[in-house]
Amino acid sequence: MTVIEVSDLRRTYRTRASPWRRAVREVEAVRGVDFAVERGELFGLLGPNGAGKTTTIKMLITLLIPTSGTARVLGHDVVEESREVRRRVGYVFGGDRGLYERLSGLDNLRYFAELYGVPARDQRARIGELLEQVGLTGREKERVEGYSRGMRQRLHVARGLLHKPEVLFLDEPSIGIDPVGARELRGTVADLRSAGTTVLLTTHYMFEADELCDRIAVIAGGRIVAEGTPADLKSRVGEGSVVEVEVYGDAGAAVAAVEALPGVRGAGVEERGQAQVLVVRAVPGAEVTHAVLGCLADVPLGRVATREPTLEDAYVELVGATTA
Amino acid sequence: MSAAAVPRALAIGYWMHLKMLATSAFNGFLAIIWPLFFATIAFLVYGLTGDDRTLLYASIGASVMGVWSAVSTSGSATVQRERRQGTLELLVAAPVPIAWVLLPITTAMATVGLYSMAATLLWGWLLFGIDVTIAHPLQFAVSVPVTVLAIGMLGFLLSVTVVRYRTAWALGNAFELPVWLVSGFLVPISILPEWVRPISWVLAPTWGVRAIRESALGGQPLPDLLACLGLGVGYLLIGVVCAESVLRSARQNASLALS
Repeated sequence: MTVIEVSDLRRTYRTRASPWRRAVREVEAVRGVDFAVERGELFGLLGPNGAGKTTTIKMLITLLIPTSGTARVLGHDVVEESREVRRRVGYVFGGDRGLYERLSGLDNLRYFAELYGVPARDQRARIGELLEQVGLTGREKERVEGYSRGMRQRLHVARGLLHKPEVLFLDEPSIGIDPVGARELRGTVADLRSAGTTVLLTTHYMFEADELCDRIAVIAGGRIVAEGTPADLKSRVGEGSVVEVEVYGDAGAAVAAVEALPGVRGAGVEERGQAQVLVVRAVPGAEVTHAVLGCLADVPLGRVATREPTLEDAYVELVGATTA
Repeated sequence: MSAAAVPRALAIGYWMHLKMLATSAFNGFLAIIWPLFFATIAFLVYGLTGDDRTLLYASIGASVMGVWSAVSTSGSATVQRERRQGTLELLVAAPVPIAWVLLPITTAMATVGLYSMAATLLWGWLLFGIDVTIAHPLQFAVSVPVTVLAIGMLGFLLSVTVVRYRTAWALGNAFELPVWLVSGFLVPISILPEWVRPISWVLAPTWGVRAIRESALGGQPLPDLLACLGLGVGYLLIGVVCAESVLRSARQNASLALS
């Protein structure tokens, strides 16, 4: 059964430079997006900042009205049947915001339990169960202003699950939390999927998407540029290899020369600590390592490695091709 | 949500917002200090008359000023704070009408304003020796909460506009002082220009403060009380009816978040 159906969805923001000027600036954040998510699926929406991920989610959870196109969640139109949609979906976003700082964690949950229609007789048990699930038992009576970022994020997740939503929207839920917290969060999300909750997740962390998602749509410039399982997406760059060269100098200057080499599909530079890493994607069967090192003759080099392509390589290639 | 759950949801919302207001040291400090300034100015000005009834008249006006100030400035700022801290979107994403979310916020603010009434009367009694003898205690006891609630409803109407427009929170500040004047908190509206009076008549605080004064000074508060109540109910109905279309407009214009 299809739980989320999105068809030619568009959203344009109109802003004025100042109240005294008539000129209106239009920004097309989402430009005709189509996708469908099946019940129980964990669907990832990946894309760079400003790609349209959050705008898409906000239209699906009824916070924004689409400029055109249609979206249905659990068979309900997000514009005309917004209350039906709200009753059945949960929304969790990342970062520090979205909680009442001066209330305790418990009071935050009690308030939202009322707003989301959790029956009074079930609230105590449901809140206790969720506090246990997210590891906040014993800290629930403390004010949120004293919580760490990880604790806040876990409280957010508990809040989003209060009314046992059939569909959960997670908008960059692991942003800014430590590796242990992020791992626990991934465990919670995986458990939800196992329990049958449909999840739509946006994230910048490719390993997170690779580990969790059944299917992924890559969005860039307001359009979906690729869709498939993580394996499908990797296979787009999977025929070939990736050479990584640590460079202690200006690797950017060599990118054009490397890209001109025979057998090279693309190249880019990533910052990793003190060093820059030149990432070179090669076509199948091509041995490009020596030629790449030749282009970096005057620069001090570190480790050189050849590896299989990852989801991140696929993502970089897909998004890079769109923005080029 | 069942109809029986609505009062509970409103009560919990009210209690949570009151808790937040009560635990804010800065808000608490302002809530304590400001009304005393209003009261002191009023007592010093009206003290020149040497008439006890006039002083009680001014004392009641100054006390209702505090209620209105709490609702108009803090009420709209509170909704803006919800927007800034990202909770406004979560409140809208909940399956309850937005009016149920906003009503507890403004009524909690009005309750905080209630403190200023008590503080003002106490301040006048302790420092200026104003005789706070209430002629009709029962009617006074009814007039005060009705006025506070009606002012809360006016704040609710204001908060509906804050949901739609990101900068509408400034309206609260803009209306604070004019309503003091037009509602006759410190000066009788009879001395204001004729064209101002219709504005005074549609403001519940005008009738509320009159009802409280009538109760305290021994007049007939009932007609004023009914007018105040009627206007409060009117604001509530207009707010509830408009809230959903205002919310739709906010969703259309992407004004629920700051970015």
